[in-house]
Amino acid sequence: MTALPERTDRKLGLVIDLDTCVGCHACVISCKGWNTENYGAPLSDQDPYGGAPSGTFLNRVHSYEVQPPEGAAQLVHFPKSCLHCEDAPCVTVCPTGASYKRVEDGIVLVNESDCIGCGLCAWACPYGARELDAAEGVMKKCTLCVDRIYNENLPEVDRTPACVRTCPAGARHFGDLSDPASDVSRLVSERGGVDLMPEQGTKPVNKYLPPRPRDRLARDAAEPTTGEIDVLAPFLEPVAETPQGFIGWLDRALEKL
Amino acid sequence: MTHHQPELDLSPKVSDEVRKTTCYMCACRCGINVHMKDGKVAYIEGNRDHPVNRGVLCAKGSAGIMQHNAPSRLRAPLKRVGPRGSGEFEEITWDEALEIATGWLAPIRETAPEKLAFFTGRDQSQSFTSLWAQSFGTPNYAAHGGFCSVNMATAGIYTMGGAFWEFGQPDWDHTKLFMLFGVAEDHDSNPIKMGIGKIKARGARVIGVNPIRTGYNAVADDWVGITPGTDGLFILSMVHCLMKSGRIDLHYLAQYTDAPVMVNADETSPQHGLLLRDEDGKEQVIDRRTGKLCAFDAPGVRPDLSATYEVDGVTHRPVFHHMAEKYLADTYAPEAIADKVGIPAKRIRAIAAELARIAFDEAFELQREWTDFRGETHKTMTGRPVSFHAMRGISAHANGFQTCRALHLLQIILGTVEVPGGFRFKPPYPKPATAHPKPHSGVNPGAPLNGPHLGFVHGPDDLALNEDGSPARIDKAFTWENPMSSHGLMHMVISNAHAGDPYKIDTLFMYMANMSWNSSLNVGGVMEMLTDKNENGDYVIPRIIYSDAYSSEMVAYADLILPDTTYLERHDCISLLDRPICEADAAADAIRWPVVQPDRDVRGFQSVLCELGAKLGLPAFVNDDGSQKYADYADYITNHMRRPGVGPLFGYRGAAGRQTGRGDANPNQLDRYIENGGFFISHVPEEAAYYKPWNRDYQDWAVQNALYDAPQPYLFSLYVEPLRRFQLAAEGHGERQPPDHLRQRIIDTMSPLPIWYDCDSAGTEGYDIHALTQRPMAMYHSWGGQNAWLRQIHGHNPLYLPTNLMRAHDLKDGDWAHVSSPHGRITVPVMEMAALNPNTVWTWNAIGKRKGAWALDEDAPEATKGFLLNHLMHELLPPKGDGLRWSNSDPVTGQAAWFDLKVKIEKAEQIAQTRPDFPAQTSPVGKGPRLLRWKVGR
Repeated sequence: MTALPERTDRKLGLVIDLDTCVGCHACVISCKGWNTENYGAPLSDQDPYGGAPSGTFLNRVHSYEVQPPEGAAQLVHFPKSCLHCEDAPCVTVCPTGASYKRVEDGIVLVNESDCIGCGLCAWACPYGARELDAAEGVMKKCTLCVDRIYNENLPEVDRTPACVRTCPAGARHFGDLSDPASDVSRLVSERGGVDLMPEQGTKPVNKYLPPRPRDRLARDAAEPTTGEIDVLAPFLEPVAETPQGFIGWLDRALEKL
Repeated sequence: MTHHQPELDLSPKVSDEVRKTTCYMCACRCGINVHMKDGKVAYIEGNRDHPVNRGVLCAKGSAGIMQHNAPSRLRAPLKRVGPRGSGEFEEITWDEALEIATGWLAPIRETAPEKLAFFTGRDQSQSFTSLWAQSFGTPNYAAHGGFCSVNMATAGIYTMGGAFWEFGQPDWDHTKLFMLFGVAEDHDSNPIKMGIGKIKARGARVIGVNPIRTGYNAVADDWVGITPGTDGLFILSMVHCLMKSGRIDLHYLAQYTDAPVMVNADETSPQHGLLLRDEDGKEQVIDRRTGKLCAFDAPGVRPDLSATYEVDGVTHRPVFHHMAEKYLADTYAPEAIADKVGIPAKRIRAIAAELARIAFDEAFELQREWTDFRGETHKTMTGRPVSFHAMRGISAHANGFQTCRALHLLQIILGTVEVPGGFRFKPPYPKPATAHPKPHSGVNPGAPLNGPHLGFVHGPDDLALNEDGSPARIDKAFTWENPMSSHGLMHMVISNAHAGDPYKIDTLFMYMANMSWNSSLNVGGVMEMLTDKNENGDYVIPRIIYSDAYSSEMVAYADLILPDTTYLERHDCISLLDRPICEADAAADAIRWPVVQPDRDVRGFQSVLCELGAKLGLPAFVNDDGSQKYADYADYITNHMRRPGVGPLFGYRGAAGRQTGRGDANPNQLDRYIENGGFFISHVPEEAAYYKPWNRDYQDWAVQNALYDAPQPYLFSLYVEPLRRFQLAAEGHGERQPPDHLRQRIIDTMSPLPIWYDCDSAGTEGYDIHALTQRPMAMYHSWGGQNAWLRQIHGHNPLYLPTNLMRAHDLKDGDWAHVSSPHGRITVPVMEMAALNPNTVWTWNAIGKRKGAWALDEDAPEATKGFLLNHLMHELLPPKGDGLRWSNSDPVTGQAAWFDLKVKIEKAEQIAQTRPDFPAQTSPVGKGPRLLRWKVGR
């Protein structure tokens, strides 16, 4: 089985804002496009125009409904790709050394020429973040666009993962999570960023920013039976009860202008 | 195994070249960088310099490579050889295709040009296609606005000189509360996502009003799961609360709107309800400084919202009095309407209070001096940081026009249009209805139409009626049935042409409009109309020419197909004459250009029209010697002049390419656009950035940039006088009179102040559940279904039911249900969704496909499990028993009332195929491959 490095110099990863992700799948397709054309084998599609189309994606968006104890149900869009775990079980389970974690930045990659397509890593990953390409027979996973983030053929501003560059809502952030002063670390700290399934002990590098509380405006108002006084009520006190009274108010108000 | 890292090439070559053009995966018109390898399209990303998307790109845009290479692309002109609807064609040459088209069209033009009905779908070249139709001489031209969002566009233009999306946008940099009504996820798609991300990043909030909590509503801080069709009532109730509590911007109403303008109050007068004007036609107000009557734009005037005025024994009252009378009434109190809209009264009050709190208590000043149209200079600009956006969700109802007007009323009483933090127009808007053309329908055989087809009516005199009162247009636009149908009624063309009502046509010519499928109400009926034959065995609609790039459902119904290119193979201009890409801070336009050449025998449709127009001798398309004027669309874009010095593109004009707005044609103009990334931008000066309808600097800048020919400051029309003119006619005044059966409806619906009325539910008893569609963010109409990547995201469209309805009908995920309306029944798979209005079901729009279309296999889930709600809708409402059939549309504009659909649900047996199931059409392009491994630069 394959060893992880003792430590990594940096922990590059993504911070994904679940408060802002509108579930548009822009990141999914941008990833598909870049990684089909670039790193390793293309991401193939089986039966692409048929009855059961099925292709390889390194990043997918799932949507979950959440029913809070009170108030309306909510919908959370949840983009998921490799989390580049510090204790990546997909690496340690690899029988050939094809899966590895990079020392310099912590990115977990598959060396496709050593991959035998046994699929053990996909079984070991608790997040379901790896997909075996059916045409190529090798394991595919998020590379954090390792062929973009250092690429001197790209303008500096574009040296980010394709999914981050394209995200219309700005819900995806890329940076070094080992540096507490980095933008991504500050976001995690300010917004209470969390690990996905920490109980798995994988120590994921990627973090998720939880949705802000919803439906707070006049929470009482959603429950008309509580009869509590609405804090906003004074803002809408009538200026008059009759049409004549309203015109009187109007004249006084216009005088003040 | 010890840790082992292979050597990686961290700087691989990305591409040989980047070509910058404009996306067309939806109507958003983002800038794209097309990365080329070995002359082929390798990767598409957003253009960071582009004003629309600033580098980001949605799923559709990134999947453009799959659209460009889709197996559904048409390959050559086609002539029908099987029966209509079969999809059986033979490929022909362009010479033959153009000969056939000319042979059909030339005789029509010489004898009865109205027998050509030319309607375009989702193209972005309406100023070009309308010129062609005008030059041909037919009155029967429009684009797809009538079944899309004409309510929104028309209500906005009549009320305030512009609407949402292409007309304007929230002030994302300053707004603190953004309130979104209805479906909007494909209209200004990336800019709204960017805006929501931007405001959330700084802690500003979003309120979403939508029966369905997906997309933007899923990230909204507060979600209002309103009952469909009641948005107008909810809005007017908030207007009631705000007026009653005096939480309105009186200064703004007095200075910038018609609230102080005098209205004739004499109920016996033929002028009753019309505005008082001076000899120059200017609206009259009372100046508070003098108490005297004067024109609204007199220097320094302080219009009075309260004073009345008597002249010749006739009392005149300001519009604001009418507003107070109407909206202070208890019928609009939250308690009175809460059940109807499905929102508790306290919550309505709380939202209204929050709007007021942000607008007034969090107001702020921008230190920017500006001068208004009355000559007064203001030291600062006052921000009211509440902004709104709405789209088809509120407009695709039979009360949509007035609902859109109500929303603008709410914006305006809060003083939050064209101020910092509020809603801002994008050039060439603001532009009042009076600055638009009126509709023209004057036909002269062998000659052009007497003016542009579409426009804005200002009273009965502007209707498109023949001398005997019959409709001049095949779609009955601009008639008493829908007087303000500014975008035409494309959805009525086929049924009217089939019925020969108001007259028969010869040739139906359409572009990019899937009318035999998802773009028609009553799909099955439309298929029958397209294939129906008369007693001689001839088709009732004799000839159909269709242009599209792809093998859509509509292709099967045409007699002649003119295959279009993909968006990466063509020239286009996203023009200020049409639907440009402007931002609030800039005028901008853009082009498409062939970043790759077609590898098939296809031609850009607009270039084909240049040639066809010349063959037909259309004056706009031939030189004086009769030769072809424009070699192709690129030639037209470069050399056409709409007004002196004003052409399709406003950048790099003049021989040297240094002029903006006006200037001679520049033969290198397209090259200059390409060098600049495919677009041109001219920034609005800072002091002109807000208060645009009333800001002298803006008005002057707009004239310099050729957006207007002269300054045109105006007041917002809370009170839309043209509506009142139609009411007056219905009350019996004037020469042009409506038919009697329409009088009461005109009086009831064409109120000059915004109102709400229930959408007609006569004949729908027992059908109590609202049924809606939404467009997925990763799909655009039926186009996305042919896209190998996008269909893996949205290949299925179950009917989503709220939890209570699932329980009530003993349904679980994957079960099937019969869904019926008075018009029809479908049988479809269902799925539960909790975050949904409890009396609403919905599905994704246009995922369902006809078998054989779009080069998909016949067992594609889109064809076996997918479906359209359109089968449940009809152009006409169910019979009411009055002997008449009323249109299923807005009585003001004629907009198709897609979202008025009501249904009944019953559990069905488990089946394998949705119903109805139509026989497969033959694919003229075969089927797609079994495997894709798309890598250009191997």
